[in-house]
Amino acid sequence: MLILTCPCCGVAADETELAPGGEAHLKRFGPGSSEDAFEGYLFLRQNPRGVHFERWRHAYGCGKWFHAARSTTTMEVFGTYSAQVTEPPPEITAKIAAAGKPTA
Amino acid sequence: MTTRLATGGRLLDRGRSVSFTFNGKRLSGVEGDTLASALLANGQMLMGRSFKYHRPRGVVASGAEEPNALMNLGSGGRFEPNQRATTQELFDGLEAASQNHWPSLEFDIGAVNSHVSRFLPAGFYYKTFMAPRPAWKHVFEPFIRQSAGLGRAPKERDADVYEHAYLHVDVLVVGGGVAGLTAARAGGLSGASVLLVEQTGHWGGRAPVDGAEIDGQGAEDWIASAVTELEAMPNVRLQTRTMGAGVYDHGYALVYERLTDHLSDKTGPRHRLWKIRARHIVTATGAIERPLSFAANDLPGVMLASAVRDYVVNYGVSPGDRTVVVTNNDDAYRTALALKEAGLEVPAILDARLEATGALPEAARAAGIRVLTGRGIAKVKGRRAVEGVAICAQAGEGAVLEEIKCDAVAMSGGWSPVVHLWSHCGGKLNWDDAGAFFRPDPSRAPTGADGTAFVTVAGTANGHLLTAEAIADAHEAGKAAAKAAGHTATRKAAPKATSEVEAPMAPVWMMPQGAGAALRQKMWLDYQNDVKVSDVQLAAREGFESVEHTKRYTTLGMATDQGKLSNINGLAILAGSLNAAIPQVGTTTFRPPYTPISMGAIAGEARGELFQPLRRTPLHDWHEANGAVWEPVGAWRRPYTYRKPGEATEDAVAREITATRASLGLLDASTLGKILVKGPDAGRFLDMLYTNMMSSLAIGKCRYGLMCSENGFLMDDGVVARLSDDAFLCHTTTGGADRIHAHMEEWLQTEWWDWKVYTANLTEQYAQIAVVGPNARKVLDKLGGMDVSKETLPFMAWADGALAGHAVRVFRISFSGELSFEVAVKANEGRALWDKLLDAGAEFGATPYGTEGLHVLRAEKGFIMIGDETDGTVIPQDLGLGWAISKKKDDYIGKRAQERSHMTDPARWKLVGLETVDGTVLPDGAYAVGDGVNENGQRVTQGRVTSTYYSPTLARGIAMGLVLDGPDRMGEVIDFASLDGTGTVVKTKIVDPVFFDKAGEKQNV
Ligand SMILES: [Zn+2]
Repeated sequence: MLILTCPCCGVAADETELAPGGEAHLKRFGPGSSEDAFEGYLFLRQNPRGVHFERWRHAYGCGKWFHAARSTTTMEVFGTYSAQVTEPPPEITAKIAAAGKPTA
Repeated sequence: MTTRLATGGRLLDRGRSVSFTFNGKRLSGVEGDTLASALLANGQMLMGRSFKYHRPRGVVASGAEEPNALMNLGSGGRFEPNQRATTQELFDGLEAASQNHWPSLEFDIGAVNSHVSRFLPAGFYYKTFMAPRPAWKHVFEPFIRQSAGLGRAPKERDADVYEHAYLHVDVLVVGGGVAGLTAARAGGLSGASVLLVEQTGHWGGRAPVDGAEIDGQGAEDWIASAVTELEAMPNVRLQTRTMGAGVYDHGYALVYERLTDHLSDKTGPRHRLWKIRARHIVTATGAIERPLSFAANDLPGVMLASAVRDYVVNYGVSPGDRTVVVTNNDDAYRTALALKEAGLEVPAILDARLEATGALPEAARAAGIRVLTGRGIAKVKGRRAVEGVAICAQAGEGAVLEEIKCDAVAMSGGWSPVVHLWSHCGGKLNWDDAGAFFRPDPSRAPTGADGTAFVTVAGTANGHLLTAEAIADAHEAGKAAAKAAGHTATRKAAPKATSEVEAPMAPVWMMPQGAGAALRQKMWLDYQNDVKVSDVQLAAREGFESVEHTKRYTTLGMATDQGKLSNINGLAILAGSLNAAIPQVGTTTFRPPYTPISMGAIAGEARGELFQPLRRTPLHDWHEANGAVWEPVGAWRRPYTYRKPGEATEDAVAREITATRASLGLLDASTLGKILVKGPDAGRFLDMLYTNMMSSLAIGKCRYGLMCSENGFLMDDGVVARLSDDAFLCHTTTGGADRIHAHMEEWLQTEWWDWKVYTANLTEQYAQIAVVGPNARKVLDKLGGMDVSKETLPFMAWADGALAGHAVRVFRISFSGELSFEVAVKANEGRALWDKLLDAGAEFGATPYGTEGLHVLRAEKGFIMIGDETDGTVIPQDLGLGWAISKKKDDYIGKRAQERSHMTDPARWKLVGLETVDGTVLPDGAYAVGDGVNENGQRVTQGRVTSTYYSPTLARGIAMGLVLDGPDRMGEVIDFASLDGTGTVVKTKIVDPVFFDKAGEKQNV
């Protein structure tokens, strides 16, 4: 059972306090977008064997969404960060690179 | 015959006799016995029957790995099947019964299965599924039903209580043998907080039986002083009868404590499930001895050598007068020596190895025991108990060289480290050629949040079978664990142990090596599930090369013991059949729990009233006192209807509907979701959430809205009221309030985070009462305080005001088609207002109605219900709700998806009303059938029922459904398949879904 630290309230939360939200940093495609772009947005996910940028909600805590960078194979967590960004912050990508892990 | 020895039994308090029953017979044991040792002491070797062939089975082990001695324990509310006699401590009044036999343990009709065993080979179940259908129904199914299942299922509610507990520690040490004690000591001395758990009631594991010298003391003395030392450490907590059940991500562990299973007094919680967070976990779980595969190795009286030794040394029980020991290693010689020391005969030790010259074999010879090397057992003689063994050369095909009379056989095929907890969370294993076992590979450990290992294996579990090595290893493991938890490792030295040097074991997977088919069919691998060497070989021949497939095909290791004894032996046989090395074949997956844990422990306190917190509206108590038939809606309870004394449920529903349509009904609508959406961008946000335009809604007005998921599917509906320029109150369905609030927050936090909007879920802040019917306005006027006239408060408007002295907000909205006011009031005033409404409404026959009345009233008007007309695959366009989809907006959640080709397919089923030709009520969920069959050979369908009721207003059945081209087929009669199994159809006419007051005149007055 994972522990992720919620960047909004600072609590190191048990997985039972959290609700998973799938892949992070999806770009929304709405009306006017191509079938391919919309399919990619709605259905296609990375599902990497390695570091996954993912969305979590501190559902039974402060209620806020946040992002986490987590290895799906080793369960290593490279950090949690704000949900209000479109890409992982440089300190987290640097940490992942330093660990020699590909980022998808 | 097994019996109690005159002396010995280190765990016994011989002065205290304990009375218990077995199959109804009163027997007595001694304080300190397990159920198994007490039964053996009473001469009861036969303890159960196997699963498939109902073979007579005796106890084979002495601990958690026992596959045979499974018992029904207790009675009534404390009855529990499949409990291992080897781990059940004896107490006064214990009731045990053997299982899986009929009519009696001694004489079992099902044992005939043995004789048909060649018709029940590996994969029997799968092959049988292929048989002709009638054979399955008339031959196989009755047979399987009669023989399936081990114990009986409990019939009564569990009389015990269970609880969950939580603990954070630096280091969790699992296993209280000498390695676990050593690791806990090293961790404790390093300053770490340590929890040490031991599954049995005793510290020290096998060491007191096997013998060892530690720090110059005998094993028992050293264990006592180590426990004393640990108990004195304030940072160390010790628990016996507590099993490490499972290891999970990021240092989470489940630990299972049994508090009263060993006591006559069952007061207090029976089991406690600990949810542990440890910075580091040390597993010192020891090793389990493996059986040897020789013919008839499942006869009662054939036991693991270590178990024989345990029964003699720990419990003063003789396994028999004459025990033959058969082994491929030095350790089993300890059993021969222990038997000899207890004054029992050991006619021979059969050692499969070509020579045995170590200290232990020499000691055996010196004790006068005949040691035969290069020999094995061709076959155990006897039908229901061991009568002797036929000896053969291990290297040969089983030609009998000699027969020896004996009444017990002690076997040892070597030891397998208990790697379960290491493997639960992904720890990998290496094959150890010297020991012929899998051992943990520390370079491929389970890793935690920081990417480093969080499990360390210590002692025998780590492949160190000799005490001296095990203790040194465990001391380092304890230090490493403390260090990983942020402490400085102790500088104190490890305990020093000495143990006898042992010669290498020799892997023996089949005895004799060249055994023919007849012998292989009698060699049991999995005792509980009746899987034999020949079954695994057959599976390999039939192409099951993956160990995971073989396991499922043969059921090897799938019984309640999860293959603790059989896995490695089965794997070796499979590898041999495939001409592959064992590590290439690999292991099956180890999954928690290590041994079965009770359902009660998993549930903990979550049962009865505590199973799920109940949400109660402010009017809940009134409902309860007035005949409410409860319906669960989410975590709420809502009255389905209110039954008067002697009234049938359906009559009550009809009465409520009729009264509402005729005069006045009252509904507790408090559960309706109420979400406040506020901020400068609130209108813009709601335009994205709802399919229709909300930003244009005038202050003081209400609008019905639909909410879709990004997939385009309809997910919720409700009335939105504009409270002010920047505030809206969004009503959701009862079950949708939390979900929709979360949906709003998700979009605000993760997509449009720069929009200035706040949301608040106000659902429980208000009681809401729907006042419905032609006399609704009159009763509000009677209460007085605000103008609710048609002019001041027209349909789809709302107003703040006062009624009978209560501050209220009145919404003029209708889900029934009647003149209707929904009155919101502060939650704590809800009951007072309800009582006043009942009072004032008495002259109009005010009738509270429940959810079923609500459903029928809305169905008569053709209003959809989320969850009835929708099921996660329905879009608003399917439901004729195009009018509620804005054509002006560029975007809303779900809009793009609704443009996809499948969503715009004209062949999508559409909402219509349905009336049976004969006026009866259509069965719920029925399908409309068409002509012919589809590509799967199934009858073509062309629609389905989504809602169906008896309408008291129309005195006939009415329904709604989704039908192919439905709106274009008004008046057509189609067939719905009845659901009563008769294969008949119900003739049904497609009609307008609005059954009542099509012009909407009743609500607009
Ligand atoms: Zn939080």
